Amino acid sequence: MRDETVKLALPAAGDATERPISIAIVAMGGQGGGVLTDWIVQLAENHGWVAQSTSVPGVAQRTGATIYYIEAMPPLDGRKPILSLMPTPGDVDVVMAAEFMEAGRSILRGLVTPDRTTLIASNHRTFAIGEKIAPGNGIADKGAVTGAIGIAAKTEIIFDMNALAIANGSVISAAMFGALAGAGVLSFSHDSYLDVIRAGDKGAQASIRAFEAAYDRVQSKAPEPVTPVQSETAKTPPAPAALDPRLAGLAARLTQELPDAAHAIGRAGLKKVVDFQDVAYGGEYLDILGKLHAADRSAGGAARNFAFTGAAAKYLANAMTYDDVIRVADLKTRSGRRARIEGDLELSAGQVLQTTEFMHPRMEEVMGMLPAGFARWLGAKPGLLGWLDRRVNKGRRVRTYSLPWFVALYVVGGLRGIRRRSLRHAIETAHRDEWVKSATEAVRTNYQLGVEVLQCRRLVKGYSDTHSRGLSKFDKTLAAIKLVAPREDAADWARRLREAALKDSAGKELDGVIQTIKSFA
Amino acid sequence: MAERSFAREVEDLRLGDGDTFRGEGILAITKALLQSGVAYVGGYQGSPISHLMDVLADAKDVLDDLGVVFQSSANEAAAAAMLSASVMYPLRGAVAWKSTVGTNVASDALANLASGGVTGGTMIIVGEDYGEGSSIMQERTHAFAMKSQIWLLDPRPDHECIVNLIEKGFELSEVSNTPVMLEVRVRACHMHGSFACKDNVKPAHTIKDALNNPKRDVGRIVLPPAAYEHEQEKIKTRMPAAINFVRDNRLNEWMGPKQGKVGIIMQGGMYNNVIRALQYLGLSDAYGNTQIPLYVMNVTYPVIDTEVAEFCLDKDAVLIVEEGQPEYLEQAINTVLRRRDIQARVHGKDVLPMGGDYTAQVLLGGVREFLEKTDPRLLGNRPPAPDATAVLSHPEVEKLKQVVPARPPGLCTGCPERPIFAAMKLVESELGEHHVSADIGCHLFSILPPFNIGATTMGFGLGPASTSAFNVKADKRSIAVMGDGGFWHNGLTSGIGNAVFNKHDGVFVIVDNYYTSATGGQDILSSRAVSKRRNTNNSIVQAVKGIGGQWVRQIDRTYDVGRMRDTLKEALTTKEQGPKVIVASSECMLNKQRRVKPQISKAIKDGVRTVKERFGVDEDVCTGDHACIRLSGCPSLSVKQLDDPLRDDPVAAIDNSCVGCGNCGEVAEAAVLCPSFYRADVIHNPTGWDKFKSKVAMAVIGWLQRRRDRRRPALEALA
Repeated sequence: MRDETVKLALPAAGDATERPISIAIVAMGGQGGGVLTDWIVQLAENHGWVAQSTSVPGVAQRTGATIYYIEAMPPLDGRKPILSLMPTPGDVDVVMAAEFMEAGRSILRGLVTPDRTTLIASNHRTFAIGEKIAPGNGIADKGAVTGAIGIAAKTEIIFDMNALAIANGSVISAAMFGALAGAGVLSFSHDSYLDVIRAGDKGAQASIRAFEAAYDRVQSKAPEPVTPVQSETAKTPPAPAALDPRLAGLAARLTQELPDAAHAIGRAGLKKVVDFQDVAYGGEYLDILGKLHAADRSAGGAARNFAFTGAAAKYLANAMTYDDVIRVADLKTRSGRRARIEGDLELSAGQVLQTTEFMHPRMEEVMGMLPAGFARWLGAKPGLLGWLDRRVNKGRRVRTYSLPWFVALYVVGGLRGIRRRSLRHAIETAHRDEWVKSATEAVRTNYQLGVEVLQCRRLVKGYSDTHSRGLSKFDKTLAAIKLVAPREDAADWARRLREAALKDSAGKELDGVIQTIKSFA
Repeated sequence: MAERSFAREVEDLRLGDGDTFRGEGILAITKALLQSGVAYVGGYQGSPISHLMDVLADAKDVLDDLGVVFQSSANEAAAAAMLSASVMYPLRGAVAWKSTVGTNVASDALANLASGGVTGGTMIIVGEDYGEGSSIMQERTHAFAMKSQIWLLDPRPDHECIVNLIEKGFELSEVSNTPVMLEVRVRACHMHGSFACKDNVKPAHTIKDALNNPKRDVGRIVLPPAAYEHEQEKIKTRMPAAINFVRDNRLNEWMGPKQGKVGIIMQGGMYNNVIRALQYLGLSDAYGNTQIPLYVMNVTYPVIDTEVAEFCLDKDAVLIVEEGQPEYLEQAINTVLRRRDIQARVHGKDVLPMGGDYTAQVLLGGVREFLEKTDPRLLGNRPPAPDATAVLSHPEVEKLKQVVPARPPGLCTGCPERPIFAAMKLVESELGEHHVSADIGCHLFSILPPFNIGATTMGFGLGPASTSAFNVKADKRSIAVMGDGGFWHNGLTSGIGNAVFNKHDGVFVIVDNYYTSATGGQDILSSRAVSKRRNTNNSIVQAVKGIGGQWVRQIDRTYDVGRMRDTLKEALTTKEQGPKVIVASSECMLNKQRRVKPQISKAIKDGVRTVKERFGVDEDVCTGDHACIRLSGCPSLSVKQLDDPLRDDPVAAIDNSCVGCGNCGEVAEAAVLCPSFYRADVIHNPTGWDKFKSKVAMAVIGWLQRRRDRRRPALEALA
C-alpha cells in the first residue's frame, strides 16, 4: 500500500459505518426456517423498519442444509436502505441455528465472529446421512462445535430448543423466536413479538407457549435441566439379600473373583447372559471370565487396572448372547416390550394397538435351532434342504398380538431348553472359544494386543447376510492381527484394523489396511 | 395441487392504486404483469419461477376478471412458442421459466420469434439460477439474448425497480418489435420487499379479438428471403429503436457524483452488493449515497454506447461488475471505448473472479484492489472491513472442519421413490452394477448417499435418451430413470419413442408420483387429482403403449420393494427384445400428507374408526449395524446411543416424523435384514369388535407373559 494513502483522512459519507441489523438463520429444509424468517421480517416492519429477507428454496429445501438471511433498518428521511441479499462473513449480528452441527457449519462459513455475533443455537442433533450409514459409530463429536462456539461467538444462547418446543406442543421455530426475544439483541419489546405470532392463525397458542418458555429460559439464564444419566458406575452393588437366591451365589462369586474395576461391567454382563439363557449359563460366563482374569493377572494387569478383564466381561457377555431366533421371539413377546411401544406412541385409553413384525426366516435359522447332530445330517442333504428352504424362506408379516402368532412366538421364545444342544449354539461356542484362546495368547506377550483382540468382538453383529459379513470381517481381522502379533506396535495395528472394519459395510477400508500389513509383515 | 397453497398471495394480485404490496419478488413480478395489461401468460415451473406459476394457477378468478389467458405449458419450448400470439396481434404476453435450463429448451422457438419480430409486447421472465443454492449448471442467459437479439433487462434487486422495468419492458418490446427478457436471480425472486401498487389493466386487445380477426404476413415468417430481411431489420431498425427508448426513458441509472477519476459500471442485479462493498470501504452510506460515480445497467443488452462513452469520458478508469463468464459486457464496453478512443482503463475480471457469486465480500476485495490500482486516495485511512479469517484460522475452528458432516439434500420422509432405489440396490447386489442414466427431479438424489446410483444426467426428461448409445448386445443392460415430469416434458418422444424406434434393448424406469414434485408439486397430464380446469388422469402406461412400447409393467405401490426388485430383475434378464418400461407409481408423500393429514385428524375428531400406522425399532433386537439405513436414508430413520455399558454402537431409531409409508419393513423383509422393525397400528375410535378382540387376546397374552416372568430370575437387583 502506498504511503500517502494511510495518512489521508476521509470523512465518512453519512452513516457509512451504521449498517442494518443482519440475521442469518441456518437450518435444514422443512425445519420451519421460512416461518421464522417471515416473523422476524413482520416484527421489523411493524416498527416501521425496512426489512428484506432472502432464501433459496427448491432442492436445497429437501432436507439439505440451507440459509435464510434477513436485513432490517429504519428508513432515513424517507430513503430506503440498500440491503444485501447474502450474509457477509464477519458482518452478521445474529446467527440462529436450528440444529447443532448447522451451528458448526455457520462458524465454518465465517458468519459467527467474536466482535458482533450473537449465536442462538439449539444443541439437539439431527444426524446427517453420513453419520447414520457407518456400520460402527459415525456420530460427529458435539464437543468440537461447543469448543468452536466458545472461540467464535460474542454471545451464545445454546439449549435444546427442539425439546422445549415439543414439550410445549409446538415446533422449533417458535422456540427460536422466543430465544431471539430473550436475547434482546433487537430493540423490540417482548409484546411486539407476541403480536407477530398472534397475527398468524394456525397454532398460535402452542407457538406462544413455546415462545414464552424459550424467552424465560434465556432471560433467567436457567441452566439446562440435565436428565440423570444412568451410568453403570452410579449404581451401588445390590445387597445379596435383595437378590434372587439363584443369583445371589453368582453375584457373590463375581465380587470375589473379579477386580473392582470389572464389577459394574461384570454385573451388566452377567445380567445379560442369565437373561439370555439361565442361571447355569451365568455360571459358565463367570468360569470363562475367571480364566481370562487369571491370564490378566499373570500378564501384570494389576498395573493396568485390569483393562483386559474389563473388556472380557463386556465382550464375552455379547459373544454368549448371540442373536438367535429364540432370543428374538422371547424379546418380542415380553410384557415390557409392549409397554415400551405404548409409551413411545403415547397411547391413550380407548385406542387399540396392534403391531406387525417383518420376519424373513430362512432354513439356516431353522437349522440353527435343531439339535446339532440332526442339523448336520440335514445339512448333508442339499436336495431335502432346498425343498425345505423353499417352504420356509419367505417374508412373513407377524401380527404380534393376535393369539395364534403370539402363541407361536411364545413357544419359540421358550425353547431355551434345547438351545444348548442346538447347532447354532455349537457353532457360536466353538467360535467363542477360538476367540478367547487367541485373546489369552495375545495378552501373555502383548497386554494391549490382548485387549484389542477382545474388542474385535464388536465386529460381529446383525442377522443373516449382515451377520455373516460381520463374521468374515472378524475372521479377517483376527487373521491379520496374527501377522503383526510379534511387532511392538501390534496393538495399534489391531485397533486400526477394527476401526477400518467399522467404517464401511463392504469392508474396502479393512482390505486396504490388510494390504498395508501384508506389505511389511 | 402445488406444494404450497397461494390463496393468500392471490389476494395480493387484486391490490390497486394506493395499496402497498409486501411479499416475495416473484409475486411482485406476477403483479407487475397484470399491471402491464398482459393478455396471456404461460411458462414452466422450476425454482425460482415455480411460485409465479403456482400463484397464477390459484388465481383463476382474478385472471378471468381481467380476461387474461393462463396456461402451464408442457415445457419451455411450448411456452416460448405461445408468444407467437404477439407476432401478428397487438397482444401483450409473458412466459416464465428457470434459466438457463429452460432457455436451452426454448431457444428454437425464441430464435424464430426474435427473427420475425413481434407486434405486441412480449416478455420472457427468466429465473437466473446461478450461484449458491443453484440446482443447475452455471451458465449465463446473456448469451441467448445476444445470439437471438432479445433485449435483456437485469433490474436492481428492488421491487419498485423490477415492477417499473416490467411495465417499461413491454413498451420497449413494442417500439422495437423485439421480445424482451427479464433476468432475476434466485435470491431476488425469493426476496421479501414492497412496492406501491397500481390498478391491474385489462388487455386492450384480447385473445378472442385476435381469434375472430385473424391476420397473416408472410414477411414475418422465417423463410428466405424474409429471414435475410429480418436480420437487416434487427440491425437497422429494431436495435436503434431499442437504444433510443432505453436512453430516452433512462432505464439505466446514474448514481453518485457526476465527476470522479474512477467509476463503477455494473449489472443492475449487482447493485445492492456493490453498495454494501462501498460501505465497507467508507465510500457509501447504508442508503446508497455513494462517493463514487455508478452506472447501473438495468438493461444489459443492448449496451447503450453513448451512455457508456459519456460515463467513461473524463475518467481514468472504470470497474465493470459483471457476474459469471464469459465477460460479455467487459468486451462490449472495451469495444465502445476503443472505437471512440476514450482512454479510461477498463478493469473487471482482472480484479474480480471470473466465476461464482459476487457477494459483498467478493466485491469488497475486487473494488478495493481496483481503487488501490487506480485511485488509492479514495480508500482514505481504510476503515476496518469485516473479516472472519482470524476466527477461521483458529485451531478450534480448524478442528471443526473435520467434524461437521456434509448435509446433502435427500428424499423426504416416506418418499415413494426411496423403495424404488432400495430395490435397485438389492438388484445391484444380485446382478452387479449397471450403467444407470439419471434424470432431473427428486429422483436425482439417488446419485447421493446412501444409494449412490446414477452415472449421468443430461437434462430434464433426457435420462432415457442418454442411454441410447448403449444399444448393443452385452452381458448387462443399461438402466434409465425418468420422472413423470420429465416424461411429459419431452421424455415420451425423446426417450421412450426413441428407444422403441431404435429397438433399444434397455430398461426404462418411469417414476410416477402424480406431480412434478421437485418443482413444488404442480399437476401434469398424469396427475390423479381431478381438476376442473385441466385434463388429468392420462395414463403413462397407455402413452408408452401408444407409442409402441411392448414390454410395459405398471407397479401401483412402489413401497412393494419385493415386487419392485423382481420386476427390475425380470426387465434386466428377460429374453424379450426392445425397451423394458417400468412405470412405478405412488403419490409424492409431501403432497399426500398435505392432502390427507387434515382428513385424518377430522375423521378422528368425528369419531370415525381410523388406523394410524407408524414404524418402530426394537432396540434390544437391533444390533446397530445400520444396514437398514444404507438401504433407506429416510430422515425419520436415524440412530440413537443406548445407555447400555455393553453396547458400543448406536442402534437404529425411528422418530415421530414417521408417516408409516412401509419402506422400512418392506426393505427389512426383502433384504432379509433383521427382525427389529415393527409396524404399530393404532386404531382410533375402535369398534366394539376391535376392543373385544384385543381384550380377549391381551387377557391370554398377559397371563402367558406373567407366567414366563415368574420363572425368570429377578435380574433387576443385578447391575
